[in-house]
Amino acid sequence: MSAAGLIAASLLVPAAGAAGIALAGRWPNLRESVTLVTAVTLLGCVLGLLPSVLDGGRPQLFVLEMLPGIALGFRVEPLGMLFALVASGLWIVNSVYSIGYMRGNDEEHQTRFYVCFALALAATMGIAFSANLLTLFLFYEMLTLVTWPLVTHHGDAEARAGGRTYLGVLLGTSILLLLPAMIATWSVAGTLEFLPGGLLRDAGLSNPALGGLLALYMFGIGKAALMPVHRWLPAAMVAPTPVSALLHAVAVVKAGVFTVVKVIVYVFGVETLAEVRAADWLPVVAGFTILAASVVALRSNNLKRRLAYSTVSQLSYVVLAAAVLVPISIAAAAFHIAAHALGKITLFFAAGAIYTAAHKTEVSQLDGIGRRMPWTMAAFTVGALSLIGIPPCVGFVSKWLMLQGVFAAELWSVAGVLLASTVLNAAYFLPIVYVAFFKAPNGELHGEAPLPMVIALSATAVGTVALFFLPELPLALARSVAGL
Amino acid sequence: MTLAHLPALVVVVPLLAAPLVVLVRRAAAAWAIATAACAFSFAAAILLSAEVAAHGPMSYHLGNWPPPWGIEYRVDALSAFVLVLVSGIGTASALYAWRSAAAELSRDQLYLYYVMHCLCVAGLLGMTVTGDAFNLFVFMEIASLSSYVLIALGRDRRALLAAYQYLILGTIGATFYVIGVGLLYLATGTLNIADLAERLPQTASTRAVLAALAFITVGVSLKLALFPLHFWLPNAYAYAPSAVTALLAATATKVSVYVLLRFYFGVFGLRLVTETLPMAEILLVLSLIAIVTASLVALWQENLKRLFAYSSVAQIGYITLGVSMASPDGLTAAVVHLFNHGITKGALFLLLGGVALRAGGATMGSVQGLGRRMPLTSLAIVIAGLSLIGVPGTAGFVSKWYLVLGAIEAGRWWLAGFVVATSLIAVAYVWRFVEAAYLSEPGPATPGRGEAPAAMLAPALALAAACVFFGLQTSWTVGSARRAAELLLGGVP
Amino acid sequence: MSAFGHYSYWITVLLMVAGLYIVIARGNLIKKLVGLSIFQTSVYLLYIAPGKLIGGTAPIIADGFRLYTNPLPHVLILTAIVVGVATLALGLAIAVRIREAYGSIEEDEILAADRDSEGGA
Repeated sequence: MSAAGLIAASLLVPAAGAAGIALAGRWPNLRESVTLVTAVTLLGCVLGLLPSVLDGGRPQLFVLEMLPGIALGFRVEPLGMLFALVASGLWIVNSVYSIGYMRGNDEEHQTRFYVCFALALAATMGIAFSANLLTLFLFYEMLTLVTWPLVTHHGDAEARAGGRTYLGVLLGTSILLLLPAMIATWSVAGTLEFLPGGLLRDAGLSNPALGGLLALYMFGIGKAALMPVHRWLPAAMVAPTPVSALLHAVAVVKAGVFTVVKVIVYVFGVETLAEVRAADWLPVVAGFTILAASVVALRSNNLKRRLAYSTVSQLSYVVLAAAVLVPISIAAAAFHIAAHALGKITLFFAAGAIYTAAHKTEVSQLDGIGRRMPWTMAAFTVGALSLIGIPPCVGFVSKWLMLQGVFAAELWSVAGVLLASTVLNAAYFLPIVYVAFFKAPNGELHGEAPLPMVIALSATAVGTVALFFLPELPLALARSVAGL
Repeated sequence: MTLAHLPALVVVVPLLAAPLVVLVRRAAAAWAIATAACAFSFAAAILLSAEVAAHGPMSYHLGNWPPPWGIEYRVDALSAFVLVLVSGIGTASALYAWRSAAAELSRDQLYLYYVMHCLCVAGLLGMTVTGDAFNLFVFMEIASLSSYVLIALGRDRRALLAAYQYLILGTIGATFYVIGVGLLYLATGTLNIADLAERLPQTASTRAVLAALAFITVGVSLKLALFPLHFWLPNAYAYAPSAVTALLAATATKVSVYVLLRFYFGVFGLRLVTETLPMAEILLVLSLIAIVTASLVALWQENLKRLFAYSSVAQIGYITLGVSMASPDGLTAAVVHLFNHGITKGALFLLLGGVALRAGGATMGSVQGLGRRMPLTSLAIVIAGLSLIGVPGTAGFVSKWYLVLGAIEAGRWWLAGFVVATSLIAVAYVWRFVEAAYLSEPGPATPGRGEAPAAMLAPALALAAACVFFGLQTSWTVGSARRAAELLLGGVP
Repeated sequence: MSAFGHYSYWITVLLMVAGLYIVIARGNLIKKLVGLSIFQTSVYLLYIAPGKLIGGTAPIIADGFRLYTNPLPHVLILTAIVVGVATLALGLAIAVRIREAYGSIEEDEILAADRDSEGGA
């Protein structure tokens, strides 16, 4: 199949899958099979595009001219490839997990759930492969809208409130800040295409204008959860855990930081920003987010809330790395998109498994749970180690790359932030591991989580370790983004 | 040869269909004649639009008397665009009325409904295509009088008072317009719009011209429901029959915007409008107030038709905001939003009519849990709502794009921020519907399972699909709007 | 020309303002329509009076008739009168219907009746 065809397939397969799931709604096993087949097919399409991208090719697909002079089009480049691989690969695992979770908790509206999931993946592919800002914005908004039913899945007052915060912050930032930024870019540069070196490179914008535009973008990309536009993330925890796993590993947050890196590298241009020093404020904001979110995580008793704020913190690692504006740190940012995805999804899988099997949601309830749910907590430990940045988990690789970048740029305060946050990460993850394995269990007797869930979380835990030993593929793509 | 007569035929056919329908009293035949006449106009409008895009403006001399002594019908990029919108919505509304009007009116009154429908469409089309200022008044009144009747046919008795209030205010508006035209005639001696444009700069009695500008502005503003002259609109839209609300919401105010554009830029000229009198600033301020207050009032409405009526007032504010920018991007935004809002509101009111038919009313209570009972309708309402917000991929986004672009290029960042901030209010009131329809259990007022009849659902879904289509395929809408803007601005300075 | 020479315009303004005042100030639906008609009449005067030329005659194409009064405003106003009559007729018809539905043609009573029914509902 031609490259353009594969790109089209990457979007059409999940969309068609959504239709198939809707039609198969009445037969759960058939419906779940449709999801799995669709996910595997999608991964196949994405893998099909991989060789040419690794060779330096940039497959393209032009669909139509959406506005005069701006096309709805796709171009696959290394960063998008990395994101698409992470998303499509993890969708398979997440689907297996969802089957276990949804059935284990006897959830309602399962068809709607799987349909929206498939549509969310279609939107994610659209974001990953977009060739210009308008296409990206189109799918970015579509992702927000399509994930809203997932966040408000339970339909009760709490879900409604969470959904309002979710939608309010995400739509608010994108319409209020990102859209004017995009239109201003169009007005100044006459194009919205993602160009190596940055499309604004020759636009002749003054330093304050560049800085202001960057601020509009960074806060407008609400999905990257820079403080103070991070509120949607903890609010979205009302969703069932597979949704949180999707939101916090696969689609929404990664779409956010992906867009941030894409904007910095292909819209502004790393060298332009570094010369003009218009982005000096960004490491400060990102650093603050990292530390503040870690502190809130430390003080959260609710497990999912702790993981949510951990995500806010980890996302700002990507923004911070990108903001350091050195090639190796750009590669670190891109690599962390994959590394964090694997680690975080493992953690959320574990949280959902604990809820399904033991009906426990608070950290204080987790005494001795490692003895009753060894697989789950082993995976949790691996995920935690990865996020702290301890080998042999893949999180260590991205921390290492980030520190290299920081040392190359001689930003010692940033190094301090990284070190401090590592300590904080350990402070809010390691105690959970400790009490889970070394305290006596209490409460009712329960066993492990349902088998599909255990399979899924074991798979991602293994992946987290495996990627430490075999990081060549994501590393190659990440370095390619940075031009190394 | 027929093509040359189309500018006249596009108005004459629905106009003649009206007395024909009076003669043919049976409801089915009445509907058939009305729909056929509107469909003919739609086809004619499309042909005219293509012809004008290829060969430039067309001029038709009624009775073969040359302008400026005779009445001239003139089709150019702007009027062709509006013709397509009006005739398209007229056809969709006529198709829809087959079931909708039959449910709301008594059977022996139905043919009268279609008579008025034909007259209204003929009047609106005539307003668009005529090149004579007084002829415009005649068609304006034809359209207005028939719309007063149409509104009064609503089932709720409050429709009568709404129609009466609209009659009073609309007649005052039309009379103000006529006063303005009279002053222009006194100053220049001609009624032909193109001729007026030529003669106005040379006229000595500038005070009369300025007074004329003021009168025409107020008159047309009453018709287009610009704040603070919008008070007739919410009641009229809320209590009229559903097909009528859709027809009027999508066309009547839009044609009035067309008249405003034609007079401001085609007759008075940019310099008079922006420098001599601060019309642009006044329009700007009124538009801003309209957008904010109407959006906020919409947020608290229980009656969905009323909610979207206030939303219409706000959206008209966006259109006049584009007009007040008086720049190529601003006018492109105004003209493109004229169309986009027309199809969006047309779709919304047709869909709400379906809900009203099944539930006996269109309130927040009737749409609780609607997602389960009327899934297609709910989904289409969401799509139209997204177009109202301006989500990319829908028609509304295109208008918002050009509005913000116009503001940024004029250096008015606060205005760009204002446009996007007020879109968030639209998110709030559209999401009220979404939460009610999808997150709530069906209540006592919710209709039973089953969509509206196909005759009603099909035009509604077609318009909702058009919202998405024209959000992705913008070459015709934006291209026409661009050409219209160039025509208006490149005309008399 | 003296201020008094413009007397037709003064009357026009008077009628216009009087008509608008009646529309706004009177709550009786019929009276509002009367005010509307007065308002529209002022417009007729606005068009026709300036058309008359001193010493002008009707446009007769024959010897001895040189100066024509402008006939065009008369044509326009005939149309406007027709429109005005139609509007008045329609307004009165709606008023009749309102009387049948509400039992009153006073605007404040009708609005009160609406408020009561809405409040109860």
